[in-house]
Amino acid sequence: MSALGVTFKRELALLWAGGGALAPLGYFFGTAMLVPLAMGPDRALLQTAGPPLVWIAAALAMLAMLERLFQSDLEDGSLEQMLLSPTPLEGIVIAKACALWVAIGLPLALAGAPVAIALQAPVERVPLIVLSLALGTAAFTGVGVIGAAVTASVKRGGVLLALIVLPMFAPPIIFGASVASGEDVGAALSILAGCALAAIALGPIAAAAALRLQAE
Amino acid sequence: MSARGPFQDNPPHKSGIRVEALALSRGGRILFEGLSFAAASGDYVEVQGSNGSGKTSLLRAMAGLLTPKAGEIAFDGVEEPALALHYVGHANALKREASVRDHLRYWAGLFEGGAREQVVGQALDLTRVMSLPVRALSQGQARRLALSRLIIAPRPIWLLDEPAAALDDAGKAALNELIGSHRAGGGIVVAAVHEPLGPAPSQTIRVPR
Amino acid sequence: MFAFLANPARFMAFSAWAAPILFAGALILFATGIPWALFYSPPDYQMGDTVRIMYVHVPAAWWSMGAYAFLAGASFVSLVWRHVLADVAARAAAPVGAVFAAICLITGSLWGAPTWGTWWEWDGRMTSMLVLFITYLGYIALWNAIEDEERAARLAAILCLVGAINLPIVKFSVDWWSTLHQPASIMRSGGSAINGEMLGPLLTMGGAYLLLFGALTLMNMRAAIFRRRVQSAELRKAQS
Repeated sequence: MSALGVTFKRELALLWAGGGALAPLGYFFGTAMLVPLAMGPDRALLQTAGPPLVWIAAALAMLAMLERLFQSDLEDGSLEQMLLSPTPLEGIVIAKACALWVAIGLPLALAGAPVAIALQAPVERVPLIVLSLALGTAAFTGVGVIGAAVTASVKRGGVLLALIVLPMFAPPIIFGASVASGEDVGAALSILAGCALAAIALGPIAAAAALRLQAE
Repeated sequence: MSARGPFQDNPPHKSGIRVEALALSRGGRILFEGLSFAAASGDYVEVQGSNGSGKTSLLRAMAGLLTPKAGEIAFDGVEEPALALHYVGHANALKREASVRDHLRYWAGLFEGGAREQVVGQALDLTRVMSLPVRALSQGQARRLALSRLIIAPRPIWLLDEPAAALDDAGKAALNELIGSHRAGGGIVVAAVHEPLGPAPSQTIRVPR
Repeated sequence: MFAFLANPARFMAFSAWAAPILFAGALILFATGIPWALFYSPPDYQMGDTVRIMYVHVPAAWWSMGAYAFLAGASFVSLVWRHVLADVAARAAAPVGAVFAAICLITGSLWGAPTWGTWWEWDGRMTSMLVLFITYLGYIALWNAIEDEERAARLAAILCLVGAINLPIVKFSVDWWSTLHQPASIMRSGGSAINGEMLGPLLTMGGAYLLLFGALTLMNMRAAIFRRRVQSAELRKAQS
């Protein structure tokens, strides 16, 4: 199996051993549960505000998973071995990011369906919401690896990671929430797809550069 | 039973290391300057020095992880230095939840190598623990697992940082055999040690200068 | 000129006189610009006298963005040429840019309050400026979080350049979002056609902010270099 393949497999296995998507999904549901508790159960209000809030909850759940992405590799010496592989570090980072998206991002997107319904989204809009979340979590992962790489050597750097990454989450959230609200869906969805592609293409490059510095 | 040397299937590979006027700094502090030495196929270089003297930094610089402050590190007979060396540092690069076998497969993929499990297991006495997760291994077994990278993918240059740490006598013997057959096949071994490993080194480098 | 200044010793000699001069220049321009803006410039035909906040708000906006451009340039130099002064310059300029962004946000809020009837309004420009401010905070926090100064400099440089790519994307997204939610923009900085008489005080304040940025950045750089010298001296003493 190639370096990309073994990296992807290993990352999946490690995520699974760490509890898999259970914690992020729980976090996702829990945050969504807080929304009506904070806003009141008024259907009309939830209908306007609810669906976009699914996006905030998903963003926060992804943030929680990003912190560990490179920290253990840096600490236990695995990062150095990755640097000695014939496959460039950028590729290895993409493999890890893909594993994160498959193990966490996709489940979050699918879990967006029940959450959106609970937050009073119209049923016919739910498939689009799930699609937008799938693209959005991919975008979050792409830019998230940058924050994870840059804070990999900071103990308990989760808050710093969030601060760094939030400005980069803004564009996907803007377009994704627009899809969730049913406003200008076509344009928003295509731009969101563009964000996701750009994030996956460029994020790992910056992340790899930062990781090489971390390994020094 | 000795491990098959990495190059016994191929004609001996000629390679060399040249370090010229190397200066390294760490956290603003200069560790050493003006270090020069050369190693050729079959050499075993021992790097000695007290803690914090720069032994580890020297190896990491040779592995391409650290950028030197001054000087040059050159490799002869290899196209891509990062692909021609193995680095076994203080940290074993192990994941606690993954099994021994998982690690062997991962490294086989990562380094595009392919030594068979049985070969590795016998050379480093890991056969009995193949299915165990790393958290169930002793320190010595973990260290031997880290050393298995050397067998999984044949590469001419070995950079070893305190390779015998946590190894018992049997482990040290296995390590010395590995080093012996690697040298016999034309490989180079550079090891940072506190006390001599066993084989007489071709040269000894003391750090700091 | 930059190659000449690249030597830290020469930079210290240069900044020893340059910083006070820039600061004096800034004070002069502020002393000219503020009275001009407050008393001698015309009120806006729509907003009346509240438009005068624009003279503090708009240059702060310009130079908070200009400061980030400076950061991006210094970060680029830091990564490509690995020059210590570039690192020092980046770290020195960031707080100044962040404060300018904060001034822009606060004065924007004060300006908008009478017009909007609320202390904050999420219009396109203010929202983008808020993202810039958060970006600054993340950059500064990263510098503070990493102990090894050299590593902190390079990682911060990468973050700054990533941010430089992100900010135009955010601007585009926020503009899209604000046209979606607010077809009419309530706040205009002086209107689409700036009255000629407003240009004078505006440019004066713009110049004042620029000189202030220069002065403060140079002063921060000097303080950082002094601090490094003290640390090296202490390190040498400990080793001997």
